[in-house]
Amino acid sequence: MPSLDHARDGPELADGSTMLTVDRERIEGAEGPMGVTPSLDFDSVRLVEVSRHFGRRRAVSRVSIEARRGDLLGLLGPNGAGKSTLIGVLATLVQPTSGEVRYGGHFARELGPPLRRQIGLLAHELHLYTELSARQNLTFFSKMYGLDPRSTVEPALERAGLADRADDDVAGFSRGMRQRLALERALLHTPRLVLFDEPFTGLDDNAVGLVSARLRRLAADGAIVVLATHDLDLAEGLVTRVAVVQS
Amino acid sequence: MSFATTAFLVLKKDFTIEVKSGEILYTTLFFAVSCVLIFAIAFVREGQPVEGAGAGILWIAVLFAGNLALGRTFERERYGETVRALLLTPAPRAAIYVGKLLGIVALLVAAECLLVPMVAFLFDAPLFARPLLLAAILGLGTVGFASVGTLFAAMLVRSRTRDVMLPILLYPITVPVIIAGVLGTSALLQSPADEPVALLWIWLLVSFDVVFVTLALWTFEPLMTE
Repeated sequence: MPSLDHARDGPELADGSTMLTVDRERIEGAEGPMGVTPSLDFDSVRLVEVSRHFGRRRAVSRVSIEARRGDLLGLLGPNGAGKSTLIGVLATLVQPTSGEVRYGGHFARELGPPLRRQIGLLAHELHLYTELSARQNLTFFSKMYGLDPRSTVEPALERAGLADRADDDVAGFSRGMRQRLALERALLHTPRLVLFDEPFTGLDDNAVGLVSARLRRLAADGAIVVLATHDLDLAEGLVTRVAVVQS
Repeated sequence: MSFATTAFLVLKKDFTIEVKSGEILYTTLFFAVSCVLIFAIAFVREGQPVEGAGAGILWIAVLFAGNLALGRTFERERYGETVRALLLTPAPRAAIYVGKLLGIVALLVAAECLLVPMVAFLFDAPLFARPLLLAAILGLGTVGFASVGTLFAAMLVRSRTRDVMLPILLYPITVPVIIAGVLGTSALLQSPADEPVALLWIWLLVSFDVVFVTLALWTFEPLMTE
């Protein structure tokens, strides 16, 4: 498994705001169906010279990066470097100020809902309704993705280890339980592109191990996995390719 | 997934949360009732209310309560960033807007069901003389106000100044709806009720609603993209 030795300093940009280098090593044997036949499919996602400014503040500047099926790409860098902005751009939630995002042969703006059906996002904020139970959260999002809750919710609860707490409100869950539930919520629709933004925050060693194992399995099953984290120790030994984002 | 199914799912989810917590319904009703009671203390002297005040007071209570409900409804989506999760689903984004809009409208209609008898009693206002016309004016006015309010509340969900910005943006833009609602209701409170004038304001409210809802549906997706 490649390690953080693959991280390299890239050329400093003219404005000096963001520097990013990607090791283009490709892991082998990562082909494989995701279980559900998607209406839109792509084998790679590519950012080309993407910049995003919020007013006069540059969040990211001229970032180019590519990830392919089977990759577990680590976006590494300190807090405030722009990792979350890049995740937002990849998730189609943040519009780049300039540059382009390509999913396979398609531009993001051409696709809309079929593309969003292929994206799963687990962010630091867990995207769960704390007033609802675990089952109600999964059922709601399952329906929002056009899935049959009868075939998706129970297996997801089992994978999250929450089958016996399925009808308890999320508000009463520990951080680790919420994180496991949020992970299953993000993966309910077996997305092709899986984005994780600081997924290990607040987790104990056991939970970190479970999440890491799930990430590896996703990549092995043929998903494109992008993991943004500032924690180099956790990323080491987990990611297969590295992009370093610097302020 | 169809537009109507998505809107219904979002509405049902909000309803389920509200049934469990009761947070927004109770605070909105309490605020609206308090508002009317304060006006009653100020404008009723020796059992005689100020003439013609009922229509304005009813609408002020509805609008203030609406502002509170809008803020709280989207505060719920901000916590845990669930609004991003909704936007990331393949569901039509305009349908998410419609689902939220229907929830706000239902909440305000519940408040109005309490406020109308209160105002009628405290301000000696014949609000039940033309119940269908009153329901039309209140319903259409509520949809017009809530359509703009839902759009702005969603836009401001990630803004730190959302509590200040929402009323600043919302009230000036909904002035046509507010004027039509107040004057239409006033026409019904006259003795005898001025039905032709009330109908004129109803048609104007229909026009405002069509414009506001169409604009909101059209702009929701681009405005929600960061």
